[in-house]
Amino acid sequence: MNTLALLNVFLFAVLVATALAITRIRALYAAAMLASLFSLVLASLFVMLDAVDVAFTEAAVGAGVSTVLFLSVLALTRSREAVTPRRKRWPAGLVVLLTGGTLLFASQDLPPFGAPDTPVQQHPVTDVYLVDSTEQIGIPNTVTAVLASYRGYDTLGELVVIFTAGVAVLLLLTRLPHPQDPAGAPESAAPARYPDRASVVLADYRVLRVVSKLLMPFILLFACYVLFHGEYGPGGGFQAGMILAAGVILFGLVFGLDVARRVLPRPVLLVLIAAGVLLYAGVGVADLLLGGAFLDYDVLRPGSPQAGQQLGILLVETGVGITVAAVMTAVFFSFAGRGVSR
Amino acid sequence: MSLDLLLNLATGLLMLAGGGFAVTGGVGLLRFPDFYTRVHAVGLTDSAGAGLILLALLLQVPDWGTAVRLVLIMLFLLVTGPTATQALAQAARRDGVRIWLDGERDRG
Repeated sequence: MNTLALLNVFLFAVLVATALAITRIRALYAAAMLASLFSLVLASLFVMLDAVDVAFTEAAVGAGVSTVLFLSVLALTRSREAVTPRRKRWPAGLVVLLTGGTLLFASQDLPPFGAPDTPVQQHPVTDVYLVDSTEQIGIPNTVTAVLASYRGYDTLGELVVIFTAGVAVLLLLTRLPHPQDPAGAPESAAPARYPDRASVVLADYRVLRVVSKLLMPFILLFACYVLFHGEYGPGGGFQAGMILAAGVILFGLVFGLDVARRVLPRPVLLVLIAAGVLLYAGVGVADLLLGGAFLDYDVLRPGSPQAGQQLGILLVETGVGITVAAVMTAVFFSFAGRGVSR
Repeated sequence: MSLDLLLNLATGLLMLAGGGFAVTGGVGLLRFPDFYTRVHAVGLTDSAGAGLILLALLLQVPDWGTAVRLVLIMLFLLVTGPTATQALAQAARRDGVRIWLDGERDRG
Protein backbone atom coordinates (compact mmCIF):
# COMPACT_ATOMS: atom_id res chain seq x y z
CA MET A 1 0.00 0.00 0.00
CA ASN A 2 1.59 3.25 -1.05
CA THR A 3 1.41 6.60 0.69
CA LEU A 4 -1.44 7.96 -1.42
CA ALA A 5 -3.65 4.99 -0.68
CA LEU A 6 -2.82 5.32 3.01
CA LEU A 7 -3.75 8.99 2.92
CA ASN A 8 -7.01 8.17 1.15
CA VAL A 9 -7.90 5.54 3.72
CA PHE A 10 -7.10 7.95 6.54
CA LEU A 11 -9.22 10.73 5.05
CA PHE A 12 -12.12 8.35 4.45
CA ALA A 13 -11.88 7.16 8.04
CA VAL A 14 -12.06 10.76 9.27
CA LEU A 15 -14.98 11.38 6.91
CA VAL A 16 -16.94 8.41 8.22
CA ALA A 17 -16.14 9.29 11.83
CA THR A 18 -17.33 12.84 11.26
CA ALA A 19 -20.54 11.65 9.64
CA LEU A 20 -21.23 9.30 12.54
CA ALA A 21 -20.50 12.08 15.02
CA ILE A 22 -22.96 14.37 13.21
CA THR A 23 -25.70 11.79 13.51
CA ARG A 24 -24.97 11.14 17.18
CA ILE A 25 -24.56 14.68 18.43
CA ARG A 26 -27.57 16.60 19.72
CA ALA A 27 -26.10 20.07 20.03
CA LEU A 28 -26.74 21.54 16.62
CA TYR A 29 -24.05 24.22 16.81
CA ALA A 30 -21.49 21.47 17.21
CA ALA A 31 -23.16 19.53 14.40
CA ALA A 32 -22.85 22.54 12.11
CA MET A 33 -19.15 22.82 12.87
CA LEU A 34 -18.74 19.08 12.24
CA ALA A 35 -20.53 19.48 8.92
CA SER A 36 -17.96 22.11 8.07
CA LEU A 37 -15.20 19.66 8.96
CA PHE A 38 -16.93 17.04 6.81
CA SER A 39 -16.81 19.37 3.81
CA LEU A 40 -13.16 20.18 4.44
CA VAL A 41 -12.18 16.50 4.55
CA LEU A 42 -14.26 15.90 1.44
CA ALA A 43 -12.43 18.74 -0.28
CA SER A 44 -9.12 17.12 0.67
CA LEU A 45 -10.33 13.87 -0.87
CA PHE A 46 -11.23 15.72 -4.06
CA VAL A 47 -7.72 17.15 -4.14
CA MET A 48 -6.39 13.62 -3.82
CA LEU A 49 -8.45 12.74 -6.89
CA ASP A 50 -6.93 15.72 -8.75
CA ALA A 51 -10.34 17.38 -8.96
CA VAL A 52 -9.02 20.71 -7.76
CA ASP A 53 -11.88 22.84 -9.09
CA VAL A 54 -14.46 20.69 -7.33
CA ALA A 55 -12.39 20.70 -4.14
CA PHE A 56 -12.21 24.48 -4.30
CA THR A 57 -15.98 24.73 -4.63
CA GLU A 58 -16.54 22.26 -1.82
CA ALA A 59 -14.21 24.16 0.50
CA ALA A 60 -15.73 27.55 -0.32
CA VAL A 61 -19.35 26.42 -0.21
CA GLY A 62 -19.42 23.57 2.28
CA ALA A 63 -16.77 24.55 4.77
CA GLY A 64 -17.18 28.31 4.36
CA VAL A 65 -20.43 29.96 3.52
CA SER A 66 -22.92 27.20 4.31
CA THR A 67 -21.53 26.87 7.84
CA VAL A 68 -22.21 30.54 8.45
CA LEU A 69 -25.71 30.11 7.03
CA PHE A 70 -26.30 27.09 9.30
CA LEU A 71 -25.15 29.08 12.31
CA SER A 72 -27.31 32.09 11.48
CA VAL A 73 -30.30 29.77 11.04
CA LEU A 74 -29.57 28.14 14.40
CA ALA A 75 -29.53 31.57 15.98
CA LEU A 76 -33.21 31.82 15.00
CA THR A 77 -34.36 28.41 16.15
CA ARG A 78 -33.60 26.00 18.96
CA SER A 79 -30.05 24.78 18.90
CA ARG A 80 -30.76 21.31 20.27
CA GLU A 81 -32.06 18.44 18.23
CA ALA A 82 -35.34 16.95 19.44
CA VAL A 83 -35.07 13.32 20.50
CA THR A 84 -36.93 10.98 18.18
CA PRO A 85 -38.75 8.18 20.02
CA ARG A 86 -37.04 4.88 19.58
CA ARG A 87 -39.94 3.13 17.86
CA LYS A 88 -40.09 5.88 15.24
CA ARG A 89 -36.49 5.37 14.30
CA TRP A 90 -36.60 2.01 12.58
CA PRO A 91 -38.39 3.08 9.34
CA ALA A 92 -35.73 5.71 8.76
CA GLY A 93 -33.02 3.23 9.67
CA LEU A 94 -34.49 0.73 7.21
CA VAL A 95 -34.46 3.32 4.41
CA VAL A 96 -30.86 4.25 5.20
CA LEU A 97 -29.74 0.62 5.27
CA LEU A 98 -31.56 -0.16 2.02
CA THR A 99 -30.11 2.85 0.22
CA GLY A 100 -26.63 2.22 1.55
CA GLY A 101 -26.87 -1.47 0.66
CA THR A 102 -28.00 -0.64 -2.87
CA LEU A 103 -25.16 1.81 -3.32
CA LEU A 104 -22.64 -0.67 -1.99
CA PHE A 105 -24.03 -3.34 -4.31
CA ALA A 106 -23.91 -0.96 -7.28
CA SER A 107 -20.35 0.06 -6.48
CA GLN A 108 -19.30 -3.50 -7.31
CA ASP A 109 -19.88 -2.66 -10.98
CA LEU A 110 -17.68 0.43 -10.93
CA PRO A 111 -14.43 0.06 -12.87
CA PRO A 112 -11.24 0.03 -10.80
CA PHE A 113 -9.80 3.45 -10.05
CA GLY A 114 -7.91 4.84 -13.04
CA ALA A 115 -8.79 1.94 -15.36
CA PRO A 116 -7.94 2.87 -18.96
CA ASP A 117 -10.69 0.88 -20.69
CA THR A 118 -13.74 2.65 -19.26
CA PRO A 119 -16.22 4.55 -21.45
CA VAL A 120 -15.04 7.78 -19.85
CA GLN A 121 -11.53 7.22 -21.14
CA GLN A 122 -12.43 5.74 -24.52
CA HIS A 123 -15.27 7.97 -25.65
CA PRO A 124 -14.14 10.32 -28.42
CA VAL A 125 -15.49 13.34 -26.55
CA THR A 126 -12.64 12.97 -24.05
CA ASP A 127 -10.19 13.71 -26.84
CA VAL A 128 -12.25 16.66 -27.97
CA TYR A 129 -12.15 18.19 -24.50
CA LEU A 130 -8.55 17.43 -23.69
CA VAL A 131 -6.84 17.90 -27.07
CA ASP A 132 -9.01 20.02 -29.32
CA SER A 133 -9.80 22.56 -26.60
CA THR A 134 -6.27 23.88 -26.70
CA GLU A 135 -6.81 24.75 -30.37
CA GLN A 136 -10.40 25.87 -30.22
CA ILE A 137 -10.26 27.83 -27.00
CA GLY A 138 -6.64 28.02 -26.04
CA ILE A 139 -6.85 28.09 -22.25
CA PRO A 140 -4.89 25.69 -20.07
CA ASN A 141 -7.63 24.83 -17.59
CA THR A 142 -9.79 22.32 -19.44
CA VAL A 143 -12.33 22.30 -16.64
CA THR A 144 -13.13 25.94 -17.26
CA ALA A 145 -13.27 25.36 -21.00
CA VAL A 146 -15.75 22.51 -20.58
CA LEU A 147 -17.78 24.30 -17.94
CA ALA A 148 -18.16 27.65 -19.63
CA SER A 149 -17.93 26.88 -23.31
CA TYR A 150 -18.62 23.28 -24.33
CA ARG A 151 -21.19 22.87 -21.57
CA GLY A 152 -22.32 26.48 -21.48
CA TYR A 153 -25.98 25.49 -21.52
CA ASP A 154 -25.60 23.35 -18.42
CA THR A 155 -23.80 26.07 -16.54
CA LEU A 156 -26.49 28.55 -17.51
CA GLY A 157 -29.00 26.07 -16.13
CA GLU A 158 -27.07 25.80 -12.87
CA LEU A 159 -26.92 29.54 -12.59
CA VAL A 160 -30.66 29.77 -13.10
CA VAL A 161 -31.10 27.18 -10.35
CA ILE A 162 -29.07 29.36 -7.97
CA PHE A 163 -31.01 32.41 -9.11
CA THR A 164 -34.33 30.66 -8.50
CA ALA A 165 -33.23 29.37 -5.11
CA GLY A 166 -32.11 32.85 -4.11
CA VAL A 167 -35.38 34.40 -5.22
CA ALA A 168 -37.35 31.72 -3.37
CA VAL A 169 -35.42 32.26 -0.13
CA LEU A 170 -35.87 36.01 -0.41
CA LEU A 171 -39.61 35.61 -1.07
CA LEU A 172 -39.99 33.39 1.98
CA LEU A 173 -37.85 35.39 4.38
CA THR A 174 -38.53 38.99 3.44
CA ARG A 175 -41.20 40.63 5.52
CA LEU A 176 -42.90 43.38 3.65
CA PRO A 177 -44.37 46.32 5.57
CA HIS A 178 -47.80 45.37 6.85
CA PRO A 179 -50.52 47.19 4.89
CA GLN A 180 -52.42 48.23 8.03
CA ASP A 181 -49.33 49.44 9.78
CA PRO A 182 -49.05 53.15 9.07
CA ALA A 183 -45.47 53.34 10.21
CA GLY A 184 -44.54 50.62 7.73
CA ALA A 185 -41.20 48.96 8.25
CA PRO A 186 -41.72 46.50 11.09
CA GLU A 187 -38.01 45.91 11.13
CA SER A 188 -37.31 49.31 12.57
CA ALA A 189 -39.80 48.86 15.41
CA ALA A 190 -38.98 45.33 16.44
CA PRO A 191 -35.42 45.60 17.79
CA ALA A 192 -36.64 47.56 20.80
CA ARG A 193 -38.10 44.38 22.28
CA TYR A 194 -34.74 42.65 22.31
CA PRO A 195 -32.23 45.46 22.56
CA ASP A 196 -29.51 43.01 23.53
CA ARG A 197 -29.89 40.90 20.45
CA ALA A 198 -29.48 43.86 18.12
CA SER A 199 -26.46 45.23 19.86
CA VAL A 200 -24.47 42.02 19.83
CA VAL A 201 -21.93 42.96 17.28
CA LEU A 202 -18.50 41.47 17.10
CA ALA A 203 -17.06 44.93 16.52
CA ASP A 204 -16.59 45.13 20.28
CA TYR A 205 -13.76 42.68 19.78
CA ARG A 206 -11.00 45.05 18.85
CA VAL A 207 -8.54 42.47 17.55
CA LEU A 208 -11.20 40.88 15.38
CA ARG A 209 -12.22 44.27 14.03
CA VAL A 210 -8.71 45.33 13.13
CA VAL A 211 -7.76 41.98 11.61
CA SER A 212 -10.90 41.67 9.51
CA LYS A 213 -10.40 45.21 8.27
CA LEU A 214 -6.85 44.26 7.42
CA LEU A 215 -7.86 41.11 5.58
CA MET A 216 -10.89 42.48 3.75
CA PRO A 217 -9.07 43.94 0.73
CA PHE A 218 -7.10 40.72 0.33
CA ILE A 219 -10.24 38.60 0.43
CA LEU A 220 -11.84 40.73 -2.26
CA LEU A 221 -8.64 40.72 -4.29
CA PHE A 222 -8.42 36.94 -3.98
CA ALA A 223 -12.00 36.63 -5.21
CA CYS A 224 -11.11 38.67 -8.29
CA TYR A 225 -7.97 36.59 -8.78
CA VAL A 226 -9.97 33.37 -8.63
CA LEU A 227 -12.49 34.77 -11.07
CA PHE A 228 -10.06 36.04 -13.68
CA HIS A 229 -7.45 33.34 -13.18
CA GLY A 230 -10.03 30.58 -13.64
CA GLU A 231 -8.86 30.05 -17.19
CA TYR A 232 -5.36 29.18 -16.04
CA GLY A 233 -5.71 27.61 -12.62
CA PRO A 234 -8.44 26.13 -10.52
CA GLY A 235 -11.26 28.52 -9.90
CA GLY A 236 -13.94 30.38 -11.73
CA GLY A 237 -17.21 32.16 -11.26
CA PHE A 238 -18.77 29.90 -8.63
CA GLN A 239 -15.76 29.89 -6.33
CA ALA A 240 -15.10 33.59 -6.79
CA GLY A 241 -18.72 34.42 -6.01
CA MET A 242 -18.54 32.33 -2.85
CA ILE A 243 -15.34 34.00 -1.69
CA LEU A 244 -16.78 37.43 -2.40
CA ALA A 245 -19.90 36.52 -0.44
CA ALA A 246 -17.74 35.16 2.38
CA GLY A 247 -15.93 38.50 2.53
CA VAL A 248 -19.18 40.43 2.74
CA ILE A 249 -20.54 38.01 5.34
CA LEU A 250 -17.41 38.41 7.45
CA PHE A 251 -17.86 42.17 7.21
CA GLY A 252 -21.49 41.85 8.25
CA LEU A 253 -20.64 39.58 11.16
CA VAL A 254 -17.93 41.80 12.54
CA PHE A 255 -19.28 45.27 11.89
CA GLY A 256 -22.96 44.54 12.20
CA LEU A 257 -25.66 43.95 9.67
CA ASP A 258 -26.69 47.57 9.44
CA VAL A 259 -23.28 48.70 8.30
CA ALA A 260 -23.06 45.89 5.77
CA ARG A 261 -26.51 46.79 4.47
CA ARG A 262 -25.43 50.35 4.03
CA VAL A 263 -22.56 49.13 1.87
CA LEU A 264 -24.77 46.77 -0.11
CA PRO A 265 -28.36 47.96 0.09
CA ARG A 266 -31.12 45.52 -0.68
CA PRO A 267 -32.14 47.02 -4.03
CA VAL A 268 -28.55 46.81 -5.23
CA LEU A 269 -28.37 43.14 -4.26
CA LEU A 270 -31.64 42.39 -6.03
CA VAL A 271 -30.39 44.07 -9.17
CA LEU A 272 -27.08 42.18 -8.97
CA ILE A 273 -28.84 38.82 -8.55
CA ALA A 274 -30.62 39.36 -11.85
CA ALA A 275 -27.69 41.11 -13.52
CA GLY A 276 -25.42 38.05 -13.41
CA VAL A 277 -27.95 35.77 -15.08
CA LEU A 278 -28.78 38.47 -17.60
CA LEU A 279 -25.09 38.93 -18.40
CA TYR A 280 -24.71 35.21 -19.02
CA ALA A 281 -27.81 34.91 -21.16
CA GLY A 282 -26.99 38.25 -22.78
CA VAL A 283 -23.69 36.86 -24.07
CA GLY A 284 -25.70 34.06 -25.64
CA VAL A 285 -28.11 36.50 -27.25
CA ALA A 286 -25.21 38.60 -28.50
CA ASP A 287 -23.84 35.47 -30.17
CA LEU A 288 -27.19 34.97 -31.83
CA LEU A 289 -27.22 38.56 -33.08
CA LEU A 290 -23.68 38.21 -34.42
CA GLY A 291 -24.73 35.21 -36.46
CA GLY A 292 -23.60 32.27 -34.31
CA ALA A 293 -25.47 29.79 -32.18
CA PHE A 294 -26.63 30.55 -28.64
CA LEU A 295 -23.55 30.65 -26.39
CA ASP A 296 -21.22 30.01 -29.32
CA TYR A 297 -18.51 32.52 -28.45
CA ASP A 298 -16.58 32.07 -31.70
CA VAL A 299 -18.38 35.00 -33.28
CA LEU A 300 -17.72 37.48 -30.47
CA ARG A 301 -14.42 38.51 -32.03
CA PRO A 302 -14.75 38.33 -35.81
CA GLY A 303 -11.77 36.61 -37.38
CA SER A 304 -10.37 35.18 -34.17
CA PRO A 305 -12.51 32.42 -32.68
CA GLN A 306 -9.98 31.77 -29.93
CA ALA A 307 -10.08 35.33 -28.61
CA GLY A 308 -13.86 35.24 -28.91
CA GLN A 309 -14.00 32.08 -26.83
CA GLN A 310 -11.77 33.58 -24.16
CA LEU A 311 -13.81 36.77 -24.02
CA GLY A 312 -17.04 34.82 -23.85
CA ILE A 313 -15.76 32.57 -21.05
CA LEU A 314 -14.60 35.58 -19.06
CA LEU A 315 -17.94 37.37 -19.42
CA VAL A 316 -19.91 34.27 -18.58
CA GLU A 317 -17.79 33.53 -15.50
CA THR A 318 -18.22 37.10 -14.36
CA GLY A 319 -21.97 36.68 -14.66
CA VAL A 320 -21.83 33.50 -12.60
CA GLY A 321 -19.71 35.21 -9.96
CA ILE A 322 -22.02 38.21 -9.66
CA THR A 323 -25.17 36.15 -9.23
CA VAL A 324 -23.62 33.64 -6.82
CA ALA A 325 -22.14 36.36 -4.63
CA ALA A 326 -25.34 38.40 -4.61
CA VAL A 327 -27.57 35.41 -3.86
CA MET A 328 -25.37 34.21 -0.99
CA THR A 329 -25.10 37.69 0.49
CA ALA A 330 -28.83 38.30 0.19
CA VAL A 331 -29.65 34.94 1.80
CA PHE A 332 -27.28 35.67 4.68
CA PHE A 333 -28.71 39.16 5.14
CA SER A 334 -32.25 37.89 5.29
CA PHE A 335 -31.43 35.14 7.79
CA ALA A 336 -29.31 37.35 9.99
CA GLY A 337 -31.77 40.22 9.62
CA ARG A 338 -34.54 38.12 11.13
CA GLY A 339 -32.32 37.32 14.06
CA VAL A 340 -31.75 40.97 14.75
CA SER A 341 -35.29 42.19 14.35
CA ARG A 342 -37.11 39.55 16.37
CA MET B 1 24.26 17.39 -3.72
CA SER B 2 25.21 18.22 -0.17
CA LEU B 3 23.04 21.33 -0.29
CA ASP B 4 20.09 19.16 -1.30
CA LEU B 5 20.81 16.83 1.57
CA LEU B 6 20.99 19.74 3.97
CA LEU B 7 17.70 21.16 2.70
CA ASN B 8 15.99 17.79 2.98
CA LEU B 9 17.32 17.38 6.48
CA ALA B 10 16.08 20.81 7.51
CA THR B 11 12.71 20.08 5.92
CA GLY B 12 12.43 16.84 7.82
CA LEU B 13 13.32 18.50 11.09
CA LEU B 14 10.85 21.34 10.59
CA MET B 15 8.14 18.88 9.57
CA LEU B 16 8.81 16.83 12.66
CA ALA B 17 8.70 19.91 14.87
CA GLY B 18 5.48 21.10 13.22
CA GLY B 19 3.90 17.69 13.57
CA GLY B 20 5.02 17.59 17.18
CA PHE B 21 3.32 20.91 17.86
CA ALA B 22 0.15 19.71 16.15
CA VAL B 23 0.06 16.51 18.22
CA THR B 24 0.80 18.48 21.39
CA GLY B 25 -2.08 20.80 20.57
CA GLY B 26 -4.40 17.87 20.03
CA VAL B 27 -3.37 16.23 23.30
CA GLY B 28 -3.81 19.54 25.07
CA LEU B 29 -7.28 19.96 23.60
CA LEU B 30 -8.26 16.63 25.07
CA ARG B 31 -6.46 16.77 28.40
CA PHE B 32 -6.46 20.36 29.61
CA PRO B 33 -8.89 21.19 32.39
CA ASP B 34 -10.86 24.23 31.16
CA PHE B 35 -11.83 26.20 28.10
CA TYR B 36 -9.03 28.75 28.21
CA THR B 37 -6.20 26.28 28.50
CA ARG B 38 -7.72 24.24 25.68
CA VAL B 39 -7.97 27.27 23.43
CA HIS B 40 -4.36 27.97 24.23
CA ALA B 41 -3.40 24.45 23.15
CA VAL B 42 -5.31 24.68 19.87
CA GLY B 43 -3.85 28.09 19.15
CA LEU B 44 -0.42 26.51 19.39
CA THR B 45 -1.39 23.96 16.74
CA ASP B 46 -2.66 26.65 14.43
CA SER B 47 0.31 28.94 14.54
CA ALA B 48 3.36 26.90 15.44
CA GLY B 49 2.33 23.58 13.91
CA ALA B 50 1.04 24.86 10.59
CA GLY B 51 3.69 27.57 10.45
CA LEU B 52 6.57 25.14 10.85
CA ILE B 53 5.12 22.71 8.32
CA LEU B 54 4.70 25.53 5.81
CA LEU B 55 8.25 26.61 6.51
CA ALA B 56 9.38 23.08 5.77
CA LEU B 57 7.50 23.11 2.49
CA LEU B 58 9.05 26.46 1.68
CA LEU B 59 12.46 24.78 1.60
CA GLN B 60 11.28 22.42 -1.13
CA VAL B 61 9.64 24.84 -3.56
CA PRO B 62 10.31 24.29 -7.26
CA ASP B 63 9.76 27.92 -8.35
CA TRP B 64 9.09 31.43 -7.13
CA GLY B 65 5.34 31.37 -7.73
CA THR B 66 4.87 28.52 -5.29
CA ALA B 67 7.13 30.20 -2.76
CA VAL B 68 5.13 33.42 -2.87
CA ARG B 69 1.89 31.52 -2.44
CA LEU B 70 3.27 29.59 0.52
CA VAL B 71 4.48 32.77 2.18
CA LEU B 72 1.07 34.35 1.66
CA ILE B 73 -0.66 31.33 3.19
CA MET B 74 1.74 31.49 6.12
CA LEU B 75 1.08 35.19 6.68
CA PHE B 76 -2.65 34.54 6.46
CA LEU B 77 -2.43 31.77 9.05
CA LEU B 78 -0.21 33.86 11.30
CA VAL B 79 -2.82 36.61 11.30
CA THR B 80 -6.03 34.59 11.46
CA GLY B 81 -5.00 31.86 13.90
CA PRO B 82 -4.24 34.05 16.90
CA THR B 83 -7.23 36.23 16.05
CA ALA B 84 -9.57 33.26 16.18
CA THR B 85 -8.03 32.11 19.45
CA GLN B 86 -8.34 35.55 20.97
CA ALA B 87 -11.95 35.94 19.80
CA LEU B 88 -12.87 32.55 21.27
CA ALA B 89 -11.27 33.33 24.61
CA GLN B 90 -12.84 36.76 24.78
CA ALA B 91 -16.26 35.40 23.88
CA ALA B 92 -15.91 32.80 26.61
CA ARG B 93 -14.96 35.48 29.11
CA ARG B 94 -17.97 37.59 28.14
CA ASP B 95 -20.15 34.54 28.55
CA GLY B 96 -18.79 34.10 32.04
CA VAL B 97 -16.88 30.85 31.55
CA ARG B 98 -14.90 30.43 34.74
CA ILE B 99 -11.16 30.10 34.77
CA TRP B 100 -9.77 26.89 36.19
CA LEU B 101 -7.79 27.51 39.30
CA ASP B 102 -5.01 25.30 40.54
CA GLY B 103 -6.17 22.55 42.82
CA GLU B 104 -9.71 22.35 41.47
CA ARG B 105 -11.11 19.13 40.15
CA ASP B 106 -11.41 18.80 36.38
CA ARG B 107 -14.70 20.03 35.05
CA GLY B 108 -15.57 18.44 31.70
